[in-house]
Amino acid sequence: MLKYILLIIILLPKDILSQNILIKNGTVLTVTNGVKENTDILIINGKIAKIDKNLTAPEGTRIVDANNQYVMPGIIDAHSHIALDVINEATSPVTAEVNAGDVLDPLDVAIYRALAGGVTISHAMHGSANAIGGQCETIKHRFGTTNPDELRMQGAPRTIKFALGENPIRTHGEGSKISPNTRMGVEQIFRNAFSQAQLYMKEWDDYKKGITKTSPVYSLRNETVADILKGDIIIHCHSYRADEILMLLRVLKDFGINKICFQHVNEGFKVAPELAAFGASASVFADWWAYKFEVYYSTAYNAAILTRNGVVTSINSDSEELIRHLYHEAAKTQRYGSLTDDEALALITINPAKQLGIDNRVGSIEVGKDGDIAIFSQHPLSIYTIPQMTIVDGIVKFDIKNDEADMRIDINPNETYSSFYENQRHHESQGCMHGLEELLMEDSYAKFMRYKYSKNHSH
Amino acid sequence: MHFLKIYILSFCTLLLFNINAQQVKKAESGTFLLKNGNLHTVTSGTFIGDLLIKDGVIADIGKSISVSEAKIIDCSGKQIYPGLIDGGCRLGLVEIDAISLTNDFNELGDFVPHMKALTAVNPNAVAIPVTRVNGITTVFAKPDGGTFPGTGALIHLFGYNPDQMSAGSERVVMRFPSTGKRGRWDRRSEDDIKKDAEKAIKKINDIWDTANNYMKMDSAAKSENITLSTNNPQMLALLPIVSGKEPIFIEVNSKKDIESAIEWIIEKKYKAVFTGVAEGWRVADKLAKNGIPVITGPILSVPGRDNDSYDASYTNPSIMMKAGVKVAIRTDNAENVRNLPFNAGFAAAYGMGTEEALKAVTINTAEIFGVGDKIGSLDKGKIANLFICDGDPFETKTKIEYLFIKGWKIPLESRHTLLYDEFLDRTPGLK
Repeated sequence: MLKYILLIIILLPKDILSQNILIKNGTVLTVTNGVKENTDILIINGKIAKIDKNLTAPEGTRIVDANNQYVMPGIIDAHSHIALDVINEATSPVTAEVNAGDVLDPLDVAIYRALAGGVTISHAMHGSANAIGGQCETIKHRFGTTNPDELRMQGAPRTIKFALGENPIRTHGEGSKISPNTRMGVEQIFRNAFSQAQLYMKEWDDYKKGITKTSPVYSLRNETVADILKGDIIIHCHSYRADEILMLLRVLKDFGINKICFQHVNEGFKVAPELAAFGASASVFADWWAYKFEVYYSTAYNAAILTRNGVVTSINSDSEELIRHLYHEAAKTQRYGSLTDDEALALITINPAKQLGIDNRVGSIEVGKDGDIAIFSQHPLSIYTIPQMTIVDGIVKFDIKNDEADMRIDINPNETYSSFYENQRHHESQGCMHGLEELLMEDSYAKFMRYKYSKNHSH
Repeated sequence: MHFLKIYILSFCTLLLFNINAQQVKKAESGTFLLKNGNLHTVTSGTFIGDLLIKDGVIADIGKSISVSEAKIIDCSGKQIYPGLIDGGCRLGLVEIDAISLTNDFNELGDFVPHMKALTAVNPNAVAIPVTRVNGITTVFAKPDGGTFPGTGALIHLFGYNPDQMSAGSERVVMRFPSTGKRGRWDRRSEDDIKKDAEKAIKKINDIWDTANNYMKMDSAAKSENITLSTNNPQMLALLPIVSGKEPIFIEVNSKKDIESAIEWIIEKKYKAVFTGVAEGWRVADKLAKNGIPVITGPILSVPGRDNDSYDASYTNPSIMMKAGVKVAIRTDNAENVRNLPFNAGFAAAYGMGTEEALKAVTINTAEIFGVGDKIGSLDKGKIANLFICDGDPFETKTKIEYLFIKGWKIPLESRHTLLYDEFLDRTPGLK
């Protein structure tokens, strides 16, 4: 019997058994501790055990030669919608009770394509249709598993999606003819939800203390908003305009909430001093703008201005396309704002880690941190770099030398045949507002697409 | 007294600075001599030398040029490149994507080849300066939508009216009928898709037959000196193609459709340029064999099929180029056409090499549009569209230091730089 068990163990792919790996002679970009030339990194049981020159490893450890290559921490995307089956529960301005973590899709080939761009962690977010959207899930790109739960980064803090401006207004005001129909309405949605949750907490308190005899009605929505008030959940808020950003800061101050990362935040540069003073962080696009009115007054120098004003800033993708080259997106801050290499790399490593509350575990190459590593042929901020290998928890998940054309784990029955560039060009329809195109046919682009693709368009 | 002097002096300096800051920077004309730059000519190699800009053209280029009167720009240690050309985009035709009243690329009707992009290009679109400060001097602004959405125009990114912007090349665009599903919105059954495709092919064949007849009628009338009493702007727009003077630009992307389009164009004997060509890599040899030039992109896009390699879009231009296809690169974007050099950079990194990728955004594009004698390289007599930068123009961190379009020295300002200047160190801040 033992013989057979041993045989099975021997026949299993090495990756599954071992989370040990030794990366030799790379130029190590630690992000938090400078650049170390010709340095080795030893990962044992999925954690970084040693960073030094001329390291040796226990027998049987996989050795990766990174000579003439650049080794950086696995890239982290603080705003993504890959590996999700659905994005938007667009049925109410407040849907705090739903959770993107319940709809993880480990078969999404976008996970592999993100790995092929050095990305090891993404923040799988609810969409931006609602002022208070659903909770989000921080996932590790453990591509290969068919078990959705294995994507979760266990122990990562809870996060929730908020949204300001046009999207909740279009969805509810224009779409369903209910408030919010303006940015004034959006503010009151928050104030009302927080006040309700305060009342809810008091009702339960009173019941537990015996002041009231009947138990209040349980509400997962109120429970979740109460957890935000208690500081147990980090808010990630879709936002664009300076005025609405300041609005939310005032609301949060009034309710004693301080964990907030503004997402997109195209006009963050206008209120960078206010963001810094509040301790709010910002997760931005490198250069996306003008796809709708609220991003018309944008600048590609946003990340640089925020960084220089002391705001913890990251660059995110919000797209299965951009997530494949976040290293290039980060490099744009060197053209637009002259950030240093370390500052630019921090935008896609340690800073998003801080925004997700996981900077004690990932986001830099330090002993004790997770063995999440990306290896590049040239400096990752160069246009000519090509990702060579991506490692998650000490396991190689992308290796350019062992890369098949078809990397699907299984065939997706919903897969569409579409080799058309035009499918991919509008940024937000594949990101935050995914799934809402039909509902929001006022959107001229959606109208155009529907016109173009409708059965009768040639008549 | 002494202090007062200093005070007055600094006050004056401050005043002067303020006046300067309030002045709008304008393009500057004149004779410019670019000294000692690394001249990347594209067509005749790279060398250190001088370039003279006069009367809007490259008046001279060589190892050492001396002229009596010129504004001299020291380019020692700097790189000089011809202006980059985007082979297909909606720049100037869109101000804000989501606001339909600012979208001017999609006229109603499936057969409107006479719709002219040059009419609707807004010379003052905010995105134009945003684009050109990255070294992009010329773009093909094209209509999009139905089967014959209109006639696109090659435009220079400086000028205040269509005449000043036109780069002298307009091209009719046709979307080849697709045999595939077109994405999420497409709810048709397989059968319906097939029927629709057959119907669509028949429809375009009818249109082209009519165009052929129109040409015969038109030339017969001309030879007999008769004025045709018809009003058929659609057919007039197709005349340059049926007469073989100009190529038809065919938007086609999937393998099967590209193959059908090749057969179709062989049969029709028209000159053709294929655009999009997302799956050109699957049929590169056929494209090369039939000598069909290609304008492809965006290179920074997701592969069309889940079973495609992650880098299929990155390697597509290089596979076509290596098979012998003449390749130009486009962004197919509106507000972010400024990413053209990065699209070319990814193509370069994934097999094309810097030299060929540079051609794909300069001379190849110019030649495909029939203006290879006017733009696309640093050659004597060509329009002075060029830029000076501190490194490889595809490299992300490279900075453009001077920009010339039609010999005008263009200020390196855009909404994005102005907002940076205003808000980097906001006054008042908080303290």
